Amino acid sequence: MNQFQNLTKGFLKENPILVLVLGTCPTLATTTSSLNGMGMGIATTFVLAGSNAVIALLSGVIPDKVRIPAFIVIIASFVTIVDLIMQAYVPDLYKTLGIFIPLIVVNCIVLGRAEAFACKNSVTSSLIDGIGMGLGFTMALGILGAFREIVGSGSIFGHKFISGDGILVFILAPGAFMALGYLIALVNRIKKS
Amino acid sequence: MEYILLVISAIIVNNVVLAQFLGICPFLGVSNKVNTALGMAGAVTFVIVLATMVTYLIQVYVLQKLGIAFMQTITFILVIAALVQMVEIILKKISQPLYQALGIFLPLITTNCAVLGVALLVIKKNYNLLEGVVFGGSTALGFGLALIILAGIREQLELANIPRGMRGVPISLVTAGILALAFMGFTGIVK
Repeated sequence: MNQFQNLTKGFLKENPILVLVLGTCPTLATTTSSLNGMGMGIATTFVLAGSNAVIALLSGVIPDKVRIPAFIVIIASFVTIVDLIMQAYVPDLYKTLGIFIPLIVVNCIVLGRAEAFACKNSVTSSLIDGIGMGLGFTMALGILGAFREIVGSGSIFGHKFISGDGILVFILAPGAFMALGYLIALVNRIKKS
Repeated sequence: MEYILLVISAIIVNNVVLAQFLGICPFLGVSNKVNTALGMAGAVTFVIVLATMVTYLIQVYVLQKLGIAFMQTITFILVIAALVQMVEIILKKISQPLYQALGIFLPLITTNCAVLGVALLVIKKNYNLLEGVVFGGSTALGFGLALIILAGIREQLELANIPRGMRGVPISLVTAGILALAFMGFTGIVK
């Protein structure tokens, strides 16, 4: 597989949310608007790329038996870095995302990529894999966030273009479940044809 | 009275799965059958209560005392992973039937974000130890409630004729959405 395919497989073919259905918790919780969703996506991309690269670098050193705890420590370190950076530079976003920033550590996508890809491949391809998967995740979060924002409050990226309240339920919890359900159904349909 | 409100709030008003989006992976993954859902709910309750207690004590007596609260994420996830492993070993030794009932679910719990989520929320909301444990236990019951309801609905759904693209995850998500809508009716019982 060349590096370009390696980068783009996360967008549709192996999209972590829409196809593999991993990491649903942050997906549902942070997509109340497109900006929140993409902020979460970028934070996760950073953790994915960083942990993938470090794990690929250390894969010869880490004994096979303790690899999962070792991976978790590496991932948690990157999450702590993201947590502190976001707290310092984007406090508003940090407040909105709340505990879902530290919870990146238990996002199945990150550990899944470490286990399935980074510990068997070179540093460069692991880094690219991490970035590609992260961007696929960001894209899915952005789409879901934009949909919920447009339908729920009649605005996009914070700019209001429909007056009135919108269908409030799509901003609230039930709308998150339904929107993601229909989005995955749509992707299934596209993949079949 | 305060504790009763805490329990009601955690179980139905701010249900961990349907309102706070924690623990969705097992919620979708093991809700095929009511029996497995019951097993998972039991295991999660056990681990959440234990993890809340241990992480609270570590936060107060180690991290805050040494002024290294920024190590929270790393410490908590390691403690939870170790705790799950320990619970598995102890259960295997002392109670074979319980181990057999919960056994296969235990390793899955480390990646259940509800466990880490509750541990972090207890610290964030400044609960004391007793409040934390009550909050953890009732959150876990709320998780079990949502899981068992969804499992019951999904058992019925297997007999229904669902469009091909909607089968599997999408229909479960839409069902969960309607369930969340029903649970929203409880909003306002507790502040």
